[in-house]
Amino acid sequence: MTIEEIQEELIDEFSMFDDWMQRYEYMIDLGKSLPLIDESLKTDDKLIKGCQSKVWLHSEMKDDKVVFTADSDAVITKGIIAVLIRVFSNQKPQAILDANTNFIDEIGLKEHLSPTRANGLVSMIKQMKMYALAYQTQVKN
Amino acid sequence: MSFNIQKIRNDFPILSREVNGHPLVYLDNAATSQKPKQVIDAIVDYYSNYNANIHRGVHTLSQEATDAYEAARKKLQEHFNAKYLHEIIFTAGTTHGINLVANGFAEILKKDDEVIVSAMEHHSNIVPWQMLCEKTGAVLKVIPMNEEGELILSEYEKLLSNKTKLVFVNHISNALGTINPIEKIIQKAHEYNAAVLIDGAQSCSHIKPDLQKLDVDFYVTSAHKMCGPTGVGILYMKESWGKKLPPYQGGGEMIAEVTFEKTTYAVLPHKFEAGTPNICGGIAFGAAIDYLNNIGFEAIVKHEDQLLKYATEQLLAIPGLTIYGTGQAKTSVVSFNIEGIHPYDIGTIVDKLGIAVRTGHHCAQPIMDFYKIPGTVRASFAFYNTVEEVDALVKAVQKAKMMLS
Ligand SMILES: Cc1ncc(COP(=O)(O)O)c(C=O)c1O
Repeated sequence: MTIEEIQEELIDEFSMFDDWMQRYEYMIDLGKSLPLIDESLKTDDKLIKGCQSKVWLHSEMKDDKVVFTADSDAVITKGIIAVLIRVFSNQKPQAILDANTNFIDEIGLKEHLSPTRANGLVSMIKQMKMYALAYQTQVKN
Repeated sequence: MSFNIQKIRNDFPILSREVNGHPLVYLDNAATSQKPKQVIDAIVDYYSNYNANIHRGVHTLSQEATDAYEAARKKLQEHFNAKYLHEIIFTAGTTHGINLVANGFAEILKKDDEVIVSAMEHHSNIVPWQMLCEKTGAVLKVIPMNEEGELILSEYEKLLSNKTKLVFVNHISNALGTINPIEKIIQKAHEYNAAVLIDGAQSCSHIKPDLQKLDVDFYVTSAHKMCGPTGVGILYMKESWGKKLPPYQGGGEMIAEVTFEKTTYAVLPHKFEAGTPNICGGIAFGAAIDYLNNIGFEAIVKHEDQLLKYATEQLLAIPGLTIYGTGQAKTSVVSFNIEGIHPYDIGTIVDKLGIAVRTGHHCAQPIMDFYKIPGTVRASFAFYNTVEEVDALVKAVQKAKMMLS
């Protein structure tokens, strides 16, 4: 699926909830079901700065696609990560770079986009795009 | 004046707003307090009727503004019981005051002199001393704390020596709510002729300190923690220190005479008040002091202690909940965690229910390292909070726990 298709799917899924409670319960479930990453990957250089909770983000290239794995010590943050991974992982670097993030507003997580929120949603997206950019440059060389 | 909570709440316009569809329950008072209309009115009045620069103009507006600003200084002198008016220096807040003192000591300290700070300081208070020690070669020593979050005074006494030049302690810890025994701390330091700077950022909304009785050398606080505006505070500096310390910033107001060869500095307090100050802020700070004194600190503390006791009991009834900071002398701050749940997750859920608490390390990372936790959820109560709001907090925390575990 393309990034846009996945985003549409998420918007559909989240539109079934009528209140924040259901939305957050779903996020918490997503967070709990996020595959754990290897403890050895939870190193300081993989920590994303600017998060109140700790977030580790790891990336690798598989074939021509970027695969992200991540973890956090806070479960709502993990839920956010799970959403981001679903959207951005297993995509080509250029597609990640081109993607917009309007869907976050539409699934009702806009409040987490505020830079002062200190949960690092913005930093997470930025970091994912940075990795994509790095791989993209490698591909071109 | 009797303590009429509803009347008091009506003074605070913000308390009637809603957040996320719920009535606002504001329990982040240790970060900043809300402002009563008496203070907001003072700000509007200043800008509407007599805004002018002070200490410089001969015109009427300038005179009125100067008089109001200096009247606020007088109020602060009386409130804190400073001996002289010129011992009250207006600052931009606690952090500014601390840096001003640290900067002055850079000229005084020599290599191997010692500066003592406590283990429960705010970051803004650790960094200036680290910088000072780097610059001068002085050594930073730390008073340790026990599991209850109280300073260990016997260890403090061991740290003191003739090398000690400055002791820096907060009156009340922002992360734990512990009230530190500053009388003893000051007295012991003075036995070694060391100066003491007390950070009153957290205490001044609960306690009215008597600076002469404390015999403290420096005392700093911020107006915004005590119903006043942001960006203004005071540094109390004993007259003898005021004469000894060099000025912090150069600029207008702080000079007596300027030629290109030499500048002579103005007398206290202007020596430390370079540039146009926060005139409106100073005046509104005075209004805030009046407001608090009108209610009375005894009544304020009595009400807050009731809230603290009730909140502590109710929260502790939640299985798996731990409170950090369980000392004997405590102000109305409850810092807690629930086993297996990240404080950030709890903060996020309770915010959805209209409740404002702080989560994180509260700018006191060393305390979090001490307890080996990433942070806490901190509810801090003010005199305008109610028992019903404590109930709302407890219910919200229970709900968060249910959702998250
Ligand atoms: C104990 C303590 N010291 C210092 C500060 C810093 O105060 P300000 O930011 O007003 O300078 C705070 C504020 O959070 C505090 O709680």
